[in-house]
Amino acid sequence: MAKVLVVTSGKGGVGKTTSSAALGAALAHGGEKVVVIDFDVGLRNLDLVMGAERRVVFDLINVVQGDAKLNQALIRDKRMENLSLLPASQTRDKDALTEEGVARVLNELREKFDWIICDSPAGIERGATMAMRHADVAVVVTNPEVSSVRDSDRIIGLLDSKTELAEKGGRIEKHLLLTRYDPARAERGEMLKVDDVLEILSIPLIGIIPESEEVLRASNVGSPVTLNNPASAPGRAYFDAVRRLKGETVELTIPTDKKGLFGKLFGRRAA
Amino acid sequence: MNLLSFFNRRTSAPVARERLQILLAHERGIVGGKPDLVAQLREEILAVVRRHVMVEQDNVQVKMNRDSDISTLEIEIEIPGPGQVAASA
Repeated sequence: MAKVLVVTSGKGGVGKTTSSAALGAALAHGGEKVVVIDFDVGLRNLDLVMGAERRVVFDLINVVQGDAKLNQALIRDKRMENLSLLPASQTRDKDALTEEGVARVLNELREKFDWIICDSPAGIERGATMAMRHADVAVVVTNPEVSSVRDSDRIIGLLDSKTELAEKGGRIEKHLLLTRYDPARAERGEMLKVDDVLEILSIPLIGIIPESEEVLRASNVGSPVTLNNPASAPGRAYFDAVRRLKGETVELTIPTDKKGLFGKLFGRRAA
Repeated sequence: MNLLSFFNRRTSAPVARERLQILLAHERGIVGGKPDLVAQLREEILAVVRRHVMVEQDNVQVKMNRDSDISTLEIEIEIPGPGQVAASA
């Protein structure tokens, strides 16, 4: 039974696209058939983060409007054959996303894939509401920072009221993914702690992604961090999150990039 | 930064936490479906109580706390003492 997962946050720049790509690649690594859809119409970036920017021919809007077949728009990842990408349009308007069109595309994808990851745009407008509309599961990406937490709270409210599942009287499964977390700063009282954010948002935690240079290094080369460096701290944190997403109980730890003396002295290596 | 200010430095995360808790308690009331549910409850409760006892608008406090499992509604009505009661029945 295919699962539709929305990666959302309200606020921009907190790591939705990074997380969509990383979770998608980690799920695919475990043998699942995965498609990641970019809902950020007009400002697509998932293609770039996944290293497929030069392979985009057709996009989500073309498929929604019936101008292209789904198979023409899907881009299969060159590194993992069970990972695909459905890019957003760069030229069209977000109003081109119709609810019926999106529902039809998602139903077609449900036949082919185990996981359909919807990478939501920032904000609470059409692109964001369409990305969450038909979801079964939501991953709310939050930074330990006041504006991000406030926007996540707002998004949680929308997940509980504006999704198809919520309107039918059901409850969408919601998970918190805390990104860019710095345990040392949190310990010094300079950053909201994991427990502070959990207490305020009151949804279960799926993972803590530590602040790491590896994230930028991976996006520089167009590779999800879980693929580019699975052993890195964010890589391991995303793999743990995926195991929890699949229902496993995994002890909650915050992985660190361990550096030996040599690494500390010559830490600046090129990506 | 001198040594004294280093030790006196107040950590900022607890401030962030407190500001968020206050702000979100307010915003959840407005955004959570009905426009200002608490204000509406306050008006209606006041109307019912006034049928029997005259109370001032300011003497009715309605607070709502929302959590993932349970939400609580706290109502506090200050009723005038025996000397001041002017039964309106």
